[in-house]
Amino acid sequence: MKKKSKAKELVQKLTVLIALVILFAIFAIIVPDKFLRISNQMNILKQVSINCLIASGMLVCLITAGIDLSVGSNSVLAACLIGVLVQKFGITNPVVLALAGIGISTLAGFINGTLLTRLDLPHPFVSTLGMKNVLLGIALVITGSKTIGFTNKGVDSLMWFGKYTIGNFDGRGAGFPVSFLLVLIVFALFHIFLTRTALGRQIYCVGGNPEASRLSGIPSKRVLTFVYSLSGFMCGLAGVLLVGRLASANANAGISYDTDAIAACIIGGASFTGGKGTIWGTMIGALLMGVIRNGLNLMSASNDIQYIIIGLVIILAVAIDVLRNKMEAQARKSAAV
Amino acid sequence: MSEYVVELRNITKRFPGVVALKNMSIGILPGEIHGLIGENGAGKSTLIKVLTGVHKPEEGDIFVEGKKVAFHNPVQSREAGIACVYQELNIVKQLSVTDNIFMGRTIGKGVLLDYDRMHRQAAEALESLGHPEIDVRMEAGKLGVGQQQMVEIAKAISIDAKLIIMDEPTSSLGKDEIEQLMEAIKRLKSKGVAILFVSHKLDEIFEICDRCTVMRDGEHILTKDTSELTEDDLINAMVGRTLDNLYPKEFGAKGDVWLEVRSLNIAGVLRDVSFKAHAGQITGFAGLVGAGRTETMRAIFGADRLDGGEIYIKGEKVDFKSPKHAIKNRIAFLTEDRKGQGLILSEDVRTNLVLASMKEFSRGPFLNKMRIEETGRDNVTSLRIKTPSLSEVTAQLSGGNQQKVVIGKWVNTDADIFIFDEPTRGIDVGAKIEVYRIMNELVGAGKCVIMVSSELPEILAMSDRVVVMRGGKVMATIDRDSEHFNSESIMKAAWGGRLE
Repeated sequence: MKKKSKAKELVQKLTVLIALVILFAIFAIIVPDKFLRISNQMNILKQVSINCLIASGMLVCLITAGIDLSVGSNSVLAACLIGVLVQKFGITNPVVLALAGIGISTLAGFINGTLLTRLDLPHPFVSTLGMKNVLLGIALVITGSKTIGFTNKGVDSLMWFGKYTIGNFDGRGAGFPVSFLLVLIVFALFHIFLTRTALGRQIYCVGGNPEASRLSGIPSKRVLTFVYSLSGFMCGLAGVLLVGRLASANANAGISYDTDAIAACIIGGASFTGGKGTIWGTMIGALLMGVIRNGLNLMSASNDIQYIIIGLVIILAVAIDVLRNKMEAQARKSAAV
Repeated sequence: MSEYVVELRNITKRFPGVVALKNMSIGILPGEIHGLIGENGAGKSTLIKVLTGVHKPEEGDIFVEGKKVAFHNPVQSREAGIACVYQELNIVKQLSVTDNIFMGRTIGKGVLLDYDRMHRQAAEALESLGHPEIDVRMEAGKLGVGQQQMVEIAKAISIDAKLIIMDEPTSSLGKDEIEQLMEAIKRLKSKGVAILFVSHKLDEIFEICDRCTVMRDGEHILTKDTSELTEDDLINAMVGRTLDNLYPKEFGAKGDVWLEVRSLNIAGVLRDVSFKAHAGQITGFAGLVGAGRTETMRAIFGADRLDGGEIYIKGEKVDFKSPKHAIKNRIAFLTEDRKGQGLILSEDVRTNLVLASMKEFSRGPFLNKMRIEETGRDNVTSLRIKTPSLSEVTAQLSGGNQQKVVIGKWVNTDADIFIFDEPTRGIDVGAKIEVYRIMNELVGAGKCVIMVSSELPEILAMSDRVVVMRGGKVMATIDRDSEHFNSESIMKAAWGGRLE
């Protein structure tokens, strides 16, 4: 990254970070004892884990100037498939269950990518919107529209990922959530992937200018198919976490997952126009959303108020994105002459 | 008082870095068909845009029927009675013919539209053009291109245009449609409407125009009655500039034929295109915009599908399914559209330099940052890319330096055949000379270079052999030692003339 843009990027990352700190401070003042408690802090990390994983897949889609609207249904489908395998087929081997969940979601992602590239769709909005409904329908069909519980079914080792914590910070069992540990590992791998590998850089290039990429010998279609498969894979991973986190599989659990993931990415510096976004920005974006939700919960704000506030935050983030693009276009114009 | 219906007097229009119109004057008489010709980039488009109120000139005046006017937007120009039928038709295909003709100025009856009256007037306008057969209630998209154009002209008539500008009106028409258009133009003339007829086809100018104006480099060169002009007069007026030492041509050692193309065909685009290009030489491709040169190169590079034809690289037959395949076979293709197809503007210099050879710069899945850094620094030095660092986003570079980054991208692929499509378009003179120098070096190293260019002086100075195209066909192949290796002959061939 060049100097000027690095400084700009830093400022931009810092704005989100500052916003996070300010929000943190606000909640610390309003509900100090509840919010600042270490158990609550660990709880926030646990709560954002699923959004973090889904958002990481969403990020690569956004970098290619695309979008994946099926992520919510897709991760729920993974959890539901695991539930069905446990309940109807009595499978309890955690490896088999995890692979099944991740497998079905990756396949769904691969179908998303294939639809986009083989049908020459102008934008993945329609294909992933269609898949969102298809996947939700499949989840409802295989579960018979019923919630499947995982408690006392002999799958505790699988639930470990979404539920358990390591250590005991306050003497009352507040430990570091395993799920967020998984997020940290995955995000570190994403960081290396996006910045150090040829495929990672090609994803940015395809997002920045697909035609120039194609004419430079980058197989744009294959890159895009990979991107949506990766997004599906991350949904599968999130689905595995869901098993332990909710202790149940419910086809309707994923309603807000799509928008939460998009919001996390955009707040974190990704853009609908593609070519931009970092994995750490996405994490900060997800944390910001998590802190808002958690704080509002502690203030006993009702669900409806939470929806309104989260909605406003998303609009604000998009407005900032538009403003940022305009400013960059301006800078580009003055430099291009 | 002026006798002209529309007159431009001493118009100057500047864009950052270029003067598009220099002290340009032109006057169009009522009821005359006035031809306007010039090379690519002579300023015809800018002139049209000044007339239609898209561009506001810095200096000079516009007169309509002797009254001085100023256009701040296209609506004012239209209200003054100037209409333009663009090469790319502005037809809304889903709407009816009537809706298209009355777009933006519908006739109402109370709050409702008075379709009876609009249909009637639309039909009248079309009838006056000799096309009563067009059903005004039909979806415009279902009409043929020629008829759609008639709808556009009818639109111009229905606003009582005094001057109708036609920009390359025949470029997408068949022979019969052209005849019908000529007929319609004559009818307009008889009704006292003036036509500014912009064309690349000299025979049409002579067939239909009363007078003709030639432009060059944004300036007025001549205006005369077409009856007093010959084809050669027009070509000389369009070309007439002297070569200077802007072109540091160096000759390489002519090698084998590395690229041979036999009878390339793409339906409606290319017809039986054949040529050979040697190693150690620059093969220039001359022609007007739309002659099929870029399409030929894209087809060779595997960017577009071919309908027929054979391509041989160093004697071996190839069939590239994708650019990736072509790059693997050591072909490089610098596109004419630098920003749209050459660069990733949002990425830095470093990434753009290795864009076409990422595999070579990787160890397993990982990029070899050290090697990328080294190569990048080498490129910056050897190609004289002016950039603060390799981390500069390419959008921030000047046009010339952007072009050098794209050239660097292809040099790094270690290609044997370099196709440069308009390599010096839109870059300043200094950068141009450096681009020529790079081409010299490539040829000196025994590479095969193909240069598509719309600038004749550049073609003449740098090419060892010139292929002239027109309308998707090769019109002539001229070696440097041929008697026809001059601007007059190349222009003649590019405008459809035959070389003896």
